[in-house]
Amino acid sequence: MHDQVFIGNEWHESCSGRKIPVYNPTTEKLLCEVEEADSDDVDKAVRSARAAFQMGSPWRSMDASDRGHLLNRLADLVERDRLLLATLEALNCGKVFLVAYFVDLMATIKTLRYYSGWADKIHGKTIPVDGEYFTYTRHEPIGVCGQIIPWNFPLMMFVWKIAPALCCGNTVVIKPAEQTPLSALHMAALIKEAGFPPGVVNVLPGYGQTAGCAISHHMDIDKVAFTGSTAVGKLIQKAAGESNLKRVTLELGGKNPNIVFADCDLEYAVEQAHSGLFFNQGQCCLAGSRVFVEEPIYEEFVRRSVEKARSKVLGNPLLPGVDQGPQINQKQFNKIMELIESGKREGATLECGGSPGGQQGLFIQPTVFSNVRDHMRIAKEEIFGPVQQIMCFRSISEVIERANATQYGLAAGVFTNDINKALTVSSALQAGMVWVNCYNAMSIQCPFGGFKMSGNGRELGEYALQEYTEIKAVTIRISQKSS
Amino acid sequence: MTSSKIEIPGEVKSDPAALMASLQLMPSPVPNPEIKYTKIFINNEWQDSVSGKVFPVYNPATGEQICEVQEADKADVDKAVQAARLAFSLGSVWRRMDASERGRLLSKLADLVERDSVYLATIESLDSGKPFLPTLFVDLQGTIKTLRYFAGYADKIHGTSIPMGKTVKERISQMWNFPLMMTAWKLGPALACGNTVVLKPAEETPLTCLYMAALIKEAGFPPGVINILPGFGPTAGAAIASHMGIDKVAFTGSTEVGKLIQEAAGKSNLKRVTLELGGKNPNIIFADADLDLAVEEAHQGVFFNAGQCCTAGSRVYVEEPIYDEFVRRSVERAKRRIVGSPFDPMTEQGPQISREHQSRVLEFIQIGITEGAKLECGGKALGLKGFFIEPTVFSNVRDDMRIAREEIFGPVQQIMKFKTIDEVIERANNSDYGLVAAVFTKDISKAMTISTAMQAGTVWINCFNALSTQCPFGGYKMSGNGREMGENGLKEYSEVKTITIKMVAKNS
Repeated sequence: MHDQVFIGNEWHESCSGRKIPVYNPTTEKLLCEVEEADSDDVDKAVRSARAAFQMGSPWRSMDASDRGHLLNRLADLVERDRLLLATLEALNCGKVFLVAYFVDLMATIKTLRYYSGWADKIHGKTIPVDGEYFTYTRHEPIGVCGQIIPWNFPLMMFVWKIAPALCCGNTVVIKPAEQTPLSALHMAALIKEAGFPPGVVNVLPGYGQTAGCAISHHMDIDKVAFTGSTAVGKLIQKAAGESNLKRVTLELGGKNPNIVFADCDLEYAVEQAHSGLFFNQGQCCLAGSRVFVEEPIYEEFVRRSVEKARSKVLGNPLLPGVDQGPQINQKQFNKIMELIESGKREGATLECGGSPGGQQGLFIQPTVFSNVRDHMRIAKEEIFGPVQQIMCFRSISEVIERANATQYGLAAGVFTNDINKALTVSSALQAGMVWVNCYNAMSIQCPFGGFKMSGNGRELGEYALQEYTEIKAVTIRISQKSS
Repeated sequence: MTSSKIEIPGEVKSDPAALMASLQLMPSPVPNPEIKYTKIFINNEWQDSVSGKVFPVYNPATGEQICEVQEADKADVDKAVQAARLAFSLGSVWRRMDASERGRLLSKLADLVERDSVYLATIESLDSGKPFLPTLFVDLQGTIKTLRYFAGYADKIHGTSIPMGKTVKERISQMWNFPLMMTAWKLGPALACGNTVVLKPAEETPLTCLYMAALIKEAGFPPGVINILPGFGPTAGAAIASHMGIDKVAFTGSTEVGKLIQEAAGKSNLKRVTLELGGKNPNIIFADADLDLAVEEAHQGVFFNAGQCCTAGSRVYVEEPIYDEFVRRSVERAKRRIVGSPFDPMTEQGPQISREHQSRVLEFIQIGITEGAKLECGGKALGLKGFFIEPTVFSNVRDDMRIAREEIFGPVQQIMKFKTIDEVIERANNSDYGLVAAVFTKDISKAMTISTAMQAGTVWINCFNALSTQCPFGGYKMSGNGREMGENGLKEYSEVKTITIKMVAKNS
């Protein structure tokens, strides 16, 4: 396992000499220690990334198709090391191994291949301006991009960040979460093996308050991209304003409504709502954590959801047959348990679960609350754990209003067979992604991002390219114009 | 890829020992290559022709027969169209496949072409007379890059949702001058967009295309998605152009045949037509150009591939002050051009594709002499075996001469003189063709003015034959309809459907 700071295609010790302990949440035992990057390391990394970005550098003068070629090569290497990377994810995050292998790794590879295809298709335009001029736009890379990623999908988030950035020709300083640096560090080794020039990608494991803060305040970083909590997202945007007005994109939290009408395919809706919440131990910004069910089917829906929740198998995520692993750490565990307690206190009906799972460790039983009212904390705050809230609604306009009554706006689901309900609700919801008769249907080709305080900007698809290019309009005087 | 990029650096070239040393590092052709595939490819299977007919394939460097290939005719086209239609039906494997998976198949095909690139370059050389090293470095690279480029586009073909409604989005015949690369140019965008294909390679050069068929099967394309039918234009080609079950025809070849194809489309089922036809391309050299660069680029621009290029810069307009010097240097360069066996690493120029084409070019040269142009060098056939022609340069060419108006498609360079920018623009545009144009100058205004004024699909400034998969390519006027390559290439292979759904209440 790699355990050092990766700058300029080389492994370094941290400037401070400090290390970060990395744990296996299933056993709560120490896996290893990695070098801890702080602001001095960030400075070194930015210098390296800046040098790699200079006009005339290998990275800047490379054919765009060659940038694509490198990304494709990286995808090949990830595919080669798929088992190892899936194992690292399972060990370091507590993810179910088979899910890591088939979902996280597949998405990682596809993301790299998707953006490798875009590299030489980033087009400017020629524009018919007034006057005797020839005008065209260049879509240039922004420059040095700082990227801060979370612990819930470490590898996938790593690639969601670097792929569009590199595709557009930027250089990157990326800080994986302090809890989950291992897959990122392996990726650093693969990046070097693939042949990316030194300084193009620099990987700095570190803490948010130190390394993350240094990145968001850095005067020589041109853009910061952050995925994490809304609370920290606000700090990042502030920091950008306080420092050099770096461009900011944010992927933050969600309290996502999943609206189930009486005319839906009931069993299917129950199943989708279930996986929509419990996927990844509930540690998903997309978690459908407010399930609004139309009155006529409410009781049945709750009954079936509880049955499903009870059937989940908790255990060692490396073993087959396990559905749910541990939460990532004690802090998250405590926060989830606290919110569960608040649910009980505030009068929601605890249908099942509600307690830690197993004798030791960070496991929490799959938990279902019914009769949840919109003012309760469990209906308003992002829990980020295996806790499903099921509410009742009567009319379409009522549920639209209730679904939208939140500062968040990341995703939403609608289950109905009626075409008019589907179109009306999907148009009305203030969410960056709306799923009709499905949930968590994600694909690399499709833009991803939030309305309101769930974030700014879009990742994935063609839209991500906009976030990683700076447009320059060039106007040349000509002696005579012709249309 | 530029035709001049394969030039060996000057300092190495002048030192024979260094040259030989550098050549040792170059890849060699496969000795005695086996021709594995000589049948018709339909539904991922190899089949004999319905008629039982075969036709011979020749090596133009020796005039000798390489092998015989099954000859497809109308009945085979019908079989192929049936297979392609089935592969295209709603609910088929191909139609239901994720777009990204189509991209993966194209990418896999690129990997296989790369794996077998030395063999493919060998066969291409043998079949078409192209020198082996340029074939490996230009044609094979161009092929691989094209396949990879369109592999990347497959899942990025977006419709538009329009504040009102919503939109969503198919048969080919090609040329002997870049057989393998033209195959990739046609297949790449067609497959990226999800079409199925019936492809007829030129009768002179079917071999690499047939080998690609085997790679297509190995890559995992479902049966019927790509079908390859070697055959002749007047039979198999005509059957494709008039077929009622083909939705689109794409053709690269002569303007004369292009017209027949468009007519056939109109007479049959109004199938969509894209055409990449001939050119008589102007290359304009101003007195302030970098002279060495201009001479070399103009030379490669017309002589590349033995002049068998729709982009050949066959009308070189040189500004009066530098005319004599330009002619002198061009003649000296042409005399130095090494004509020989395609497998000799020193060869710059191979044979013409066939006896028929060789005769045609020689006839044009005679016409030029008769019409009064000055033959500066070359002008004759070379050697007894094969179809070689000396690199030929004419000066004092007048615009009304046939060698200045008609596409020769051989190693014959015409150099004309001009005085003013307005004059040369008018003369350059005075053609039914409009494929490419080039200008050599250091002056930014001249460059901008000329590039705006040229009636040509591609204009090169201080370069020639600088083609790249990312860039749209096609002709104005009678050089063709539509654009290949780049994002524009996708448009020609998709059909737009607008879908409008009634909403009970609208909101912006």
